[in-house]
Amino acid sequence: MKFVLNAEQRMFGATLRELLSGAGVPDVLRGGDWRPLWSALADAGVFAVAVPEKYDGAGVLPVELVTALHELGRHAVPGPVVETVAAAVLLDRDPLADAWLPRVASGDAVVSVARPYALDADRADLVLAADGTDLRAAAPGRELTSLDPARRLFEVVPGEVLARGVDTGPAFDLATLACAAQQLGVGRGLLERTVAYAGTREQFGRPIGAFQAVKHHLASVLTGLEFARPLVYGAALAHGTPDFARDVSAAKAACARASYAAARVALQVHGAIGYTEEFDGSFSIRKARALYNAWGSPSEHRARVLAAL
Amino acid sequence: MDLEFSAAEQAFRQEVRTWLQEHVPAEPLESLETATGFAQHREWERRLGAAGLSVVSWPVEHGGRGATPLEWLVFEEEYYAAGAPGRVSQNGINLLAPTLFAHGTPDQLARVLPPMAAGDVIWAQAWSEPDAGSDLAALRANATRVDGGWRLSGQKTWSSRAAFADRGFGLFRSDPESTRHRGLTYVMFALDAPGVTVRPIGRLDGRPAFAELFLDEVFVPDDDVIGAPGDGWRVAMSTAGNERGLTLRSPGRFTAAADRLVAAWRAHGDPSDAALRDRVADAWIAARAYRLKGFETVSRTDDVGAEASVNKIFWSELDIALHETALDLLGPDGELAGDWLEGYVFALAGPIYAGTNEIQRDIVAERVLGLPRGNR
Repeated sequence: MKFVLNAEQRMFGATLRELLSGAGVPDVLRGGDWRPLWSALADAGVFAVAVPEKYDGAGVLPVELVTALHELGRHAVPGPVVETVAAAVLLDRDPLADAWLPRVASGDAVVSVARPYALDADRADLVLAADGTDLRAAAPGRELTSLDPARRLFEVVPGEVLARGVDTGPAFDLATLACAAQQLGVGRGLLERTVAYAGTREQFGRPIGAFQAVKHHLASVLTGLEFARPLVYGAALAHGTPDFARDVSAAKAACARASYAAARVALQVHGAIGYTEEFDGSFSIRKARALYNAWGSPSEHRARVLAAL
Repeated sequence: MDLEFSAAEQAFRQEVRTWLQEHVPAEPLESLETATGFAQHREWERRLGAAGLSVVSWPVEHGGRGATPLEWLVFEEEYYAAGAPGRVSQNGINLLAPTLFAHGTPDQLARVLPPMAAGDVIWAQAWSEPDAGSDLAALRANATRVDGGWRLSGQKTWSSRAAFADRGFGLFRSDPESTRHRGLTYVMFALDAPGVTVRPIGRLDGRPAFAELFLDEVFVPDDDVIGAPGDGWRVAMSTAGNERGLTLRSPGRFTAAADRLVAAWRAHGDPSDAALRDRVADAWIAARAYRLKGFETVSRTDDVGAEASVNKIFWSELDIALHETALDLLGPDGELAGDWLEGYVFALAGPIYAGTNEIQRDIVAERVLGLPRGNR
């Protein structure tokens, strides 16, 4: 047993971290175009790890996938990343795979999935909607306004049937795991940002991070995140086993809670600046709330865990 | 990255499982915090010891199995899944013994370890004092140099197991001019030695789970000092992480309890009570998280260090949540004496002993997150 990332996996995460640290993500979030960033992420292999090798991917590698999503969450990367992971599984069937999967792996195609709303449906190259066991292409409908300005959600209008007899379970489970990893990253990024702030912001003549009330908030956030992480990687290792759905749900419920707790503490410790849209961390604070119920609420996932035991 | 057990680990698991199936008492023992229960648990320790299963993580040369940390986790999973009795020898096996491995003399190892492993000598810890709890370095009980050894005087308190245990270990101020962490000496002493008075203290449920110790000129030979006189703080702290980390409360204990909680939910739960259902699921998820975190910890090659405090916060809060949920599931029967209630009372102490969770959060904030030190 070696339940820690290997050197290559650590390198993959470090490469993404470096890429994203210098990518000007806050500017992208404030109205820039995320497609160049999408291409850079694809070049680094983010989408290839959700695509089988015969379609120019690296094979479906759940550990690498959650490693990537963790870094994307940490930097509040916008765009339908989780949806594209779901799509990579949904499209892995004839004749859709040949047409779409190489493009997904290379970053050439952005695919959104309605769940029930579709993220960035107007900018995606394809929008998918599950209709029972039918998989349909869908068109963007009315645009909705999310708390998280980086989540541009749309109602969809289902169109032509692309495939019949589709079990969406495996695709949605993998996407749910990707979302859990993203939440974990959101929480980790907020904790790092807040620890840095608490170490420099001074009141009463000393850094606010020297006060126990602040310390204890942050220690609790770390505890929540530290014990959500092994659930995410444990679920990644259960991919392809009968326990996968259960373990994904356990991870999602824990990550939702840990990530949201990190957001509440980040807001509280930053004080009024944390409540402003000009604060870069506010993208993550809002994302933590938006993702809390995305891909299934914690309560739905807890029920799924119990049902599987 | 993987979660696979080797063939040797699986064989070890099977061996432990088989032995436990054949030997775990069909009738639960009485609480180990009672005189009768303590004696029953000592007898159980003797059976474990005779089977070579009381100290599996100790090195082979000291009577253990030389089990790797992962094998120890496996042992603990099987142990608690089998519903085996609580470990009355735990303080000695997991706290004193590692201290001896690191700092003991060959003579001390030879004298102390075999009877500990055999269940013949049960150890109590003697750290806290009336004015030295969270602030342990404020301790005042003293050791005075005499011919051939030391004389201990003063008061210790909250000494777990001391009501019925045989011997104690703890820190004493050996340099009267010293303050704080300096001038302390790590000493072992007999609880029935002349000058020792043990006054049992009833915990919340009235059982004497701990005791006050009054020491009046208790003689301790030089041979029972661990490490150098005056160096006791460093000697004690070198294994403090053991207590806060995995060894005090192994994951197997919580996964077994969580499985029992889920079974109780199946048997007695009201399916329409979504709030309670969520808590049952959360307890199971948290126990799984702690189990996986344990596998992560034993997979690491670097020193866990202060991160052990994150563990202590998590398991102590998990233990309470798990038992509270069980009591709520039992409804009007939740207040009645039984395994869940005993577990609950035991769990309530978790955020207090081995360094309160407030102290742990200070440690996490300063040494893991790197926040500035402040006034306590």
